[in-house]
Amino acid sequence: MRILGLALRRLAASVPTLLIILAGLFLLLQLAPGDTVDALVAQMGGGDPAMIGELRRFYGLDAPVLAQLMNYLWRLVRLDLGYSAIYGKPVVAVILERLPATLLLMVSALSFAFAAGMALGVVAARRVNQWPDTLISTLGLIFYATPSFWFGLMGIVVFAVWLGWLPPGGFETIGSGYTGIDRAIDIALHLVLPTVTLALIFLAIYLRIMRASMLEVLTLDFVRTARAKGLAEHGVVRRHVLRNALLPMVTLIGLQAGTMLGGSVVVESVFALPGLGRLAYESVVQRDLNTLLGIVFVSALLVIVINFLVDIAYARLDPRIGSQT
Amino acid sequence: MGFLRRYLRNPGAAIGLVLLLLVLAMAGSADLLYPRDPLALAGRPLQWPFQNARFLLGTDASGRDIAAQIFHGARISLLIGFVATIVAIALGIIVGAVAGYYGGLIDDLLMRVTEAFQTVPSFLLLLVLVAVFGSSIVTVTLAIGIVSWPAPARLARAEFLTLRNREFVQACRTLGLRDSAIIFREILPNAMPPLIVYASVVMALAILLESALAFLNLSDPNVASWGNLIGHGRGVLRTQWYVSAIPGVAILLTVLAVSLVGQGLNDALNPRLKPR
Repeated sequence: MRILGLALRRLAASVPTLLIILAGLFLLLQLAPGDTVDALVAQMGGGDPAMIGELRRFYGLDAPVLAQLMNYLWRLVRLDLGYSAIYGKPVVAVILERLPATLLLMVSALSFAFAAGMALGVVAARRVNQWPDTLISTLGLIFYATPSFWFGLMGIVVFAVWLGWLPPGGFETIGSGYTGIDRAIDIALHLVLPTVTLALIFLAIYLRIMRASMLEVLTLDFVRTARAKGLAEHGVVRRHVLRNALLPMVTLIGLQAGTMLGGSVVVESVFALPGLGRLAYESVVQRDLNTLLGIVFVSALLVIVINFLVDIAYARLDPRIGSQT
Repeated sequence: MGFLRRYLRNPGAAIGLVLLLLVLAMAGSADLLYPRDPLALAGRPLQWPFQNARFLLGTDASGRDIAAQIFHGARISLLIGFVATIVAIALGIIVGAVAGYYGGLIDDLLMRVTEAFQTVPSFLLLLVLVAVFGSSIVTVTLAIGIVSWPAPARLARAEFLTLRNREFVQACRTLGLRDSAIIFREILPNAMPPLIVYASVVMALAILLESALAFLNLSDPNVASWGNLIGHGRGVLRTQWYVSAIPGVAILLTVLAVSLVGQGLNDALNPRLKPR
């Protein structure tokens, strides 16, 4: 209960942050050339000044900037993100349609990066300065430097074009009529390459942090105690070191949530996945600023929620956190 | 001299330095080796590498020389990466220094803004900035700098927090030095080493951000950028995969070089750290 209270307090502290983001986005929107009415009029193929003025009044665009800002915030509180002229529906509907694919991609990439990064980090730390460590650390450096979109393209060339093992893109086979478990397998096959592509840079970061944190914990007194009481090395690593070394990894999930969302823009574009990231890209190309700002808002919310969950997980892993305050 | 020797003792750092010098040499010699516009039609399109002595790395789908684009692209990547890093570090130092030195309300306020920037996914913010301000090379560079400043700001703030109550700072205060002089002339030089090391991380990320933006066709289309070339090669990926593969290797090696140099600097600047 105490943990929840702590996490909730942190959540409340992010409200001012959210307000700053919204005010900033609103200002950016003011700076952008053209407004909603310009877009509408352009779509109608022009209109006379009287009608344009009438439209501005209708959308509240003739009010003072501060009143408009208040108006904008009030609409966001009711989750009214405006109307997308390109898609012809409310922005919320467009975003909700695209959200599942992105969440699925993020969760699978995060799990893969976390698990593989942890395993590689542990191996590297146990064989520190021997060849497995050198190999893994070098791989980590190379993964860190690899542009994800390029890795994705090369993955398509090798696994989809040459070997023909995996589909080159898309979320599922269109018109296949798969249902139930077949459909799940089909989607999973489509997500293999995007998951690895998105996870690559995070895998590199996780393995580096895991290695450093393992090495740090291995020098602590309680590890010596555990060894002294006769525990096998395997038991020491698994029961004592691993659990403590995982804490910085969990923190990192919260810190990297935003980066991962940003990375999904590129990955979803490479693999033609119908997700939030590709929607962001499309709305830039089509100058659909309403949708773009809506996505930024939803992403910020998502980052805040993920950090809230990380706070709770963190307190569960480390009992000291909940009891200290 | 001792510094250089300490730096070169680390094989990774030495490799990084060699790679970086190589990329710098490519950028420097681009105009000499390939004086023509790298984006101009040069020959028959889609020639494979090493087939034609005139085009060592082949030509892309529009018949442009890939080698020329790689050489000129080195210039763009380094330029954008470097300038964006300067912008990000400078912004970060100003925000972090003011927040860390004065503390209190102004610190709270500035940290809230920093948090806001860190909550919005930086690539999405970059997309918004490009959508609003256009995608010329200047705006793209500035935008990358603007999305990259929060981390350096936090680092600078932490340094200033630990340094602001040291004796030498108190001595400066008793001498009646202006705050700006204390911040920039007295504390900043002491806070610089970790920031310089972190600059390499910012630069590596800036190069990756620019290439991703260019790949999506949202960067300046009028300059030879590696990301542009990869995006361009996407159309012929199934058969002429080399068009996309070659610039990707260039990006990878450049980012690798920058990170290795940064790591080497870190180890050389902090000789007391245990080698791990």
